[in-house]
Amino acid sequence: MSNSLQHTTLRQWIENARRETAIDPGPTSRVARRDFLKGIAAGSLVILTAKNGDTIAARADDLGTDDSLSPSLFVAIEPDGTVKILAHRSEMGTGIRTALPRVLADELGADWNKVVIVQAKGDRRLGDQNTDGSNSIRFFYKTMRVAGATARTMLEQAAASQWGVNATEVSTNNHTVYLNGVKKKLEFHQLVEDASKLRTPEPADLRFKSPNDFQYIGRKFPIADLDDILTGKAEFGIDARIDGQAFAVIARCPVVGGVVESYDAEAAKVIPGVIDTIELPRFQGAPLFQQLGGIAVIAESTWAAWKGRDALKIIWQEGPNADYDTDKFIATLKDTVKANGQVMRNQGDAVTAIADADRKVSATYSVPHLSHAPMETTCAVADVKTNEAGDVLSCYLKAATQNPQAVQQAVGPALGIPNDQVHCDVTLLGAGFGRKSKPDYCVEAARLSRILKRPVHVTWTREDDFRHDYFHTISAVHCEAGLDTHGKPTGWLMRAAYPTIASTFAPGADAPATWEAEMGLTDLPYDVPNVRVEVGKAKAHTRIGWLRAVCHIFQNFAVSSFADELAHAAKADPFKFLLNTLGDDRHLDIAALKLGNRGADPKEYPYDIGRLKNVLTRAANNSSWERHAQLPKGKGMGIACCRSFLGYTGHVVEVSVSQEGVVSVENVWCSIDSGTIVSLDRVHAQVEGATIMGISQAMYGEMPMKNGRAIHSNFDGFQVAKMIDAPKAIHVDIVKNDAAPGGVGETGIGSFAPALCNAIFAATGKRIRDLPIKNHDLSWS
Amino acid sequence: MATIKVNGQQRDVSGIPADTPLLWVLRDHLGLTGTKYGCGVSECGACTVHIDGEAAQSCVTAISDIGDASVVTIEGLSENGDHPVQQAWKAHNVPQCGYCQVGQMMTCAAMLAANPNPNDDEINDGMWNICRCGTYNRIRDAVKTAAKEMR
Ligand code: FES
Ligand code: FES
Repeated sequence: MSNSLQHTTLRQWIENARRETAIDPGPTSRVARRDFLKGIAAGSLVILTAKNGDTIAARADDLGTDDSLSPSLFVAIEPDGTVKILAHRSEMGTGIRTALPRVLADELGADWNKVVIVQAKGDRRLGDQNTDGSNSIRFFYKTMRVAGATARTMLEQAAASQWGVNATEVSTNNHTVYLNGVKKKLEFHQLVEDASKLRTPEPADLRFKSPNDFQYIGRKFPIADLDDILTGKAEFGIDARIDGQAFAVIARCPVVGGVVESYDAEAAKVIPGVIDTIELPRFQGAPLFQQLGGIAVIAESTWAAWKGRDALKIIWQEGPNADYDTDKFIATLKDTVKANGQVMRNQGDAVTAIADADRKVSATYSVPHLSHAPMETTCAVADVKTNEAGDVLSCYLKAATQNPQAVQQAVGPALGIPNDQVHCDVTLLGAGFGRKSKPDYCVEAARLSRILKRPVHVTWTREDDFRHDYFHTISAVHCEAGLDTHGKPTGWLMRAAYPTIASTFAPGADAPATWEAEMGLTDLPYDVPNVRVEVGKAKAHTRIGWLRAVCHIFQNFAVSSFADELAHAAKADPFKFLLNTLGDDRHLDIAALKLGNRGADPKEYPYDIGRLKNVLTRAANNSSWERHAQLPKGKGMGIACCRSFLGYTGHVVEVSVSQEGVVSVENVWCSIDSGTIVSLDRVHAQVEGATIMGISQAMYGEMPMKNGRAIHSNFDGFQVAKMIDAPKAIHVDIVKNDAAPGGVGETGIGSFAPALCNAIFAATGKRIRDLPIKNHDLSWS
Repeated sequence: MATIKVNGQQRDVSGIPADTPLLWVLRDHLGLTGTKYGCGVSECGACTVHIDGEAAQSCVTAISDIGDASVVTIEGLSENGDHPVQQAWKAHNVPQCGYCQVGQMMTCAAMLAANPNPNDDEINDGMWNICRCGTYNRIRDAVKTAAKEMR
């Protein structure tokens, strides 16, 4: 963004961001309005962003009763100069609670030591709050800058008129407005009173900082919660307390859709500390995030509730999913992708091109169910208020949630109250990875609090977390290609089958959705004249949900593994093969391919092959890729790249595989281009974290199911990466690029697993087509 | 047992069933929520505290087993949050979500007290706690920084 930013462009941008998030323009409520302003001093200058995209400045005192603007508050500058910035996204480890306020503070010219971050409740007027999909910076970067620039402009105008000069003659830095060229200055607290009486500046009159002047954006800064985390003071969902709360642990049917046949409430109630047992309503399936039902045990401590739960002697009627068996299911999926499916992309005639090709290559890949397993299980405390007749008036929750508005939308109907009467505070999240966008656990807490008439804290045990997850899907992807005499692909065909996430929302949805297929399949970037992508049917037998990187996990695994297989078939260097196959620098025709592009405008967010080739090349250069051909047996380097969540990654992984078949990931090079970066160190950290999660998924990740039940119930069975699995070094290379901000959190996953498996192939000659790697014998002699 | 010693103070635990894991006593009865629950079966290390100076998993330690031993939690690791391990964690910006980090630091502090100069293998072995956010490489660096400070 620059001074030349046009009013209309800005509006358009904000409106697009708003439209994408599909905010329901329902009536507003006074209660929520008071929440907005609570804790902000009278006389403050506040900046709000209205739903139509307008930014509005006002004096805090004048906002009391005017609901017509239905605005959202992003910053208040109090008379003493304290700057309060609203963090409306959830902190689960990405650093977003610090990053977006830093954007605003930078544009405002604030001294970070005088900034207080206020965590927002769920409130649809704030726009999208679903901290998911690697969207936060993309959706709100400009909103924050406009809010900061608006406030600064008003403070500058106030200073200029005190000095009797034109506002162009002043500048702002470090909480102070200066008269250029003269030793005159006024601090923010001296200007708030005057500034709060000014009219909101026209967007055209806003001056934005040039990136060269950024103090925070793109730099390294610590997360705001660092000290609290290091001293154990940070409040997570499991730590949330409301006076007088009871603790609940719930027995849920191990098979999704099963119901309670009988149980022994008395056996639970004799456990010291147990208060009561409560039967929850049966699972309704879709739509949205229904609680699973079961028997809750309420007690004075988590442990007593847990023991009570284990004493219940429940007999379940397991229902129609009781014969779900993932060994059989994966075989079915592999059969499905042998046959024609529904065409999702068709360009030229891939079938004929492959049939006529000089060489034909085909392979089928599979990835099992995965669990989210955030380090903190899902937890929430709810306090339902009723009147004397027992009617529910309101519900207050503190929850580790990625999406407090989804909490409102799920709890409101469950209690029969308007969503606006559900007030949800957001704690820190002990990670989320997508699990905590789905507030079934909040519905449980709310229902129990209503019945018990006291606050109830629901803790999911680790066993609950593994058994009752919204699992990452289970998939098979079949690839076929034909190579011409020069080893160039002439036709490329892919067929995928997996239970769709849509099945969680629409009962009966039984085929991959277009938005799922475009995470790696229909957006195939290679310059191949004939391409065909098909999807086959697959019914869901458990709750399917999105997990960090979603379909990129298995679709990029298939595509980038297959590209490596083609390179070897063509006897080409895998890096050069990828570069050649990506073709000329160009933009994919997003409209012609009917790609949703995550709702982003292709003009601002093109699918840019040049950027993809750039990260690939940088990763190759950083790793000294040419070494790969000289490595001895047992050592190997693999390469892959992808675009995911509007960011680009290139990965090189270097492994050693012992003769006994033990894989060590020695070094990882990741180059990432996600356009404008806000928190440099956290982008590094996200790529490091994605590497470790990639190791977990590729090496160990699998949640098998038998008799409809998840087999593993703790970390002894569901293995994850530990220190010993961490590479010697993760070399992160962030491309400096002031293009519009893309995603980061999920982007680092997609090309890692295929690069790892390609490296294992280089080291051993053994091709991993079915994850996880631990199931394969990689020994060699 | 009527009391246990936590962070230098005798705390009343009368009336709490003897088989209750220390973890839940700390969190639900004594209000010390810095110690975290991650697995309950000694697989993740999130609940690590010090018992007589040694790292122990509070999720599998019944309060009846504590006797007159001295328990230290993150709240008592240092007066001002400035134990060399905490400082090293800060210098390397280790935490992502932060949930596992209390356990990581307690494991590290006990390890360094016993072995002030661990090599990489010993760090891999000693720092067995799970971090789902994937902060292992920074933890490795922070352990080395803390070790240097403590020597
Ligand atoms: S909670 Fe004790 S080791 Fe995991
Ligand atoms: S920092 Fe999130 S689990 Fe370790």
